[in-house]
Amino acid sequence: MDLKDWFDKRKKRRDDEKGKAPQPIEPSDDICALWTNCFQCRELLYTRDLRVNLHVCPKCQYHFRIGAIERIDQLADEDTFEESDANLTSSDPLKFSDTDNYPNRQREASRKSGLTEAIVTGTCKIKTYDAALGIMDFGHFGGSMGSVVGEKVTRITERAQRDKLPLIIVSSSGGARMQEGIFSLMQLAKTSSALKSFQDAGGLYISILAEPTFGGVTASFAMLGDIIIAEPGARIGFAGRRVIEQTIRQKLPADFQTAEYLLKHGQVDMVVERAKLADQLAKLIAFHKLPEKKTAVTTPDAVPARPKQPTKVS
Amino acid sequence: MKQVPLEFEQPLAVLAQQIEAIKKQLASNPELDKDVQRLQEQYNNLEKSLYANLRPIDHREIARHQQRPYARDYFERWDSEWIEMHGDRKGADDPAMVCGMVNLGDYHVLGIGTQKGRSLREKQQCNFGMPQPEGYRKALRLFHHAEKFNMPVVTLIDTPGAYPGMHAEEHNQAEAIAVNLFELSGLTVPVVAVVTGEGGSGGALAIGLANRILMLEHSVYSVISPEGCASILWRSADKVSEACEAMKMTAREILELGVVDDVIEEPLGGAHHDFDLVAKKAKETICKHLDQLTKLSREEIRRDRQQKFRNIGAFVEA
Repeated sequence: MDLKDWFDKRKKRRDDEKGKAPQPIEPSDDICALWTNCFQCRELLYTRDLRVNLHVCPKCQYHFRIGAIERIDQLADEDTFEESDANLTSSDPLKFSDTDNYPNRQREASRKSGLTEAIVTGTCKIKTYDAALGIMDFGHFGGSMGSVVGEKVTRITERAQRDKLPLIIVSSSGGARMQEGIFSLMQLAKTSSALKSFQDAGGLYISILAEPTFGGVTASFAMLGDIIIAEPGARIGFAGRRVIEQTIRQKLPADFQTAEYLLKHGQVDMVVERAKLADQLAKLIAFHKLPEKKTAVTTPDAVPARPKQPTKVS
Repeated sequence: MKQVPLEFEQPLAVLAQQIEAIKKQLASNPELDKDVQRLQEQYNNLEKSLYANLRPIDHREIARHQQRPYARDYFERWDSEWIEMHGDRKGADDPAMVCGMVNLGDYHVLGIGTQKGRSLREKQQCNFGMPQPEGYRKALRLFHHAEKFNMPVVTLIDTPGAYPGMHAEEHNQAEAIAVNLFELSGLTVPVVAVVTGEGGSGGALAIGLANRILMLEHSVYSVISPEGCASILWRSADKVSEACEAMKMTAREILELGVVDDVIEEPLGGAHHDFDLVAKKAKETICKHLDQLTKLSREEIRRDRQQKFRNIGAFVEA
């Protein structure tokens, strides 16, 4: 057995294990690295402290990417989140295969993220206010939108419309999922169409853009919020920076496509840091809830009849 | 117009040259007539077999052919007196998005189409058919016009995608596309979209959320350019052909997937061989679908469109 065989055998054994049972990796102190380097200021941070600080660097306020589960923990009141449509999984409509086939890539993505798809949807309470929630996870397949993500966004929108809940979606995505071809593209249409019905019915939709939000997701539901919030430092755009630089053949400013840059160019309502996000959402929901008295619709019957003027008989 | 042959058409071009050469000698040497006939037959057979076995990348080459008819070519043939409309009313007029009032058979439609440009100058002005946000907002203005005056909307799609540039990002390209999708889904007038060349991603869909989506035989429609797909998934620029195959982007494949409603046949060799014929066929097919759609009430038209997209998706529900 030469060295090449040995490597092949080892790779095969590892692949077999992969196929058997994709075990989600629970973040726990024994597995996670003890120390994390801040991407921005390079400060060495104790991972547990970082988590306590909502994955925001205490020194430079860099907002690390976080997964869907973690985000739900931060936004929803304790034990109030009820997941919906967890049973939806992608099929492989195109029988897509590049250097690896699509089902294998999905398994690999699930193994890494511990999720079945790039979005988790459900209902919860945010500071006691009921809300419909959709949280994208960049850690799963680059947060890409395929048929399942499109369907789940559509269903949670329909749910919000039916139950008259405010809709909150946290986007974090590289764009549409190439492996589902034209079906992925059509999810842009499907989600936008669902939001049209929802917003026509008077529903409140708050879109939160987290690092990074690009491509098909930005060009559909992420940009359609009644209110659009961005996380500090998040990169948000349609085309990627590299594509633009190649097209126009010039260097872009360093802060191009950051949340702050978008705020300056009138594309988002506000940039809210992670620690204040839940409170801000609660405030926004509360503002759009008119006091009971004012929302009561006055039907013609309810209007007290004007006392009849005594008609003078001459 | 002299046809510019594509790479896979080179054998045909060589034969055609030979025929031309022999024809020139025909006057002095009438015996060559038989050779001409034989070669012509060979040419016809080769042409047929070539077009019967096109690979996805060949379809894309035809769809991108520099002589392919563009939106203006269709509008002019449908209605020689069509009236062009300009500008988004907010500060710009994007030449990559051509808009106007067109008489299409019995219908007064609002025509919206992407334009690639013929001359180099035109191509630069049109960004090679890649609209800026202003282009999409100009289209949006026409959607509202159509809704107000109860006129069908016909869109012609031939774009590599929305323009990726600094100006475009600063003017919120993503929002321009998203709002178009949002508003198109709410229209109560019929919308018919025809992919006449390349349908490139969100930039194409932004005028393509329609009751009926039609595609010309050799046109392609995809979520990302094959070049982009190859460089991301294969990490190699040479795998474009594989990417074209994997993405199922040709008209027939998408028809099979159930996303497209009808495929419009092109003359042998592609639409650029006969503009008039293609414009006529496109008009007939569009009118056929408009005939069906105008039978519905306005509310039904809107629901028809929303339902169409509500049902698109491939997933498993355990």
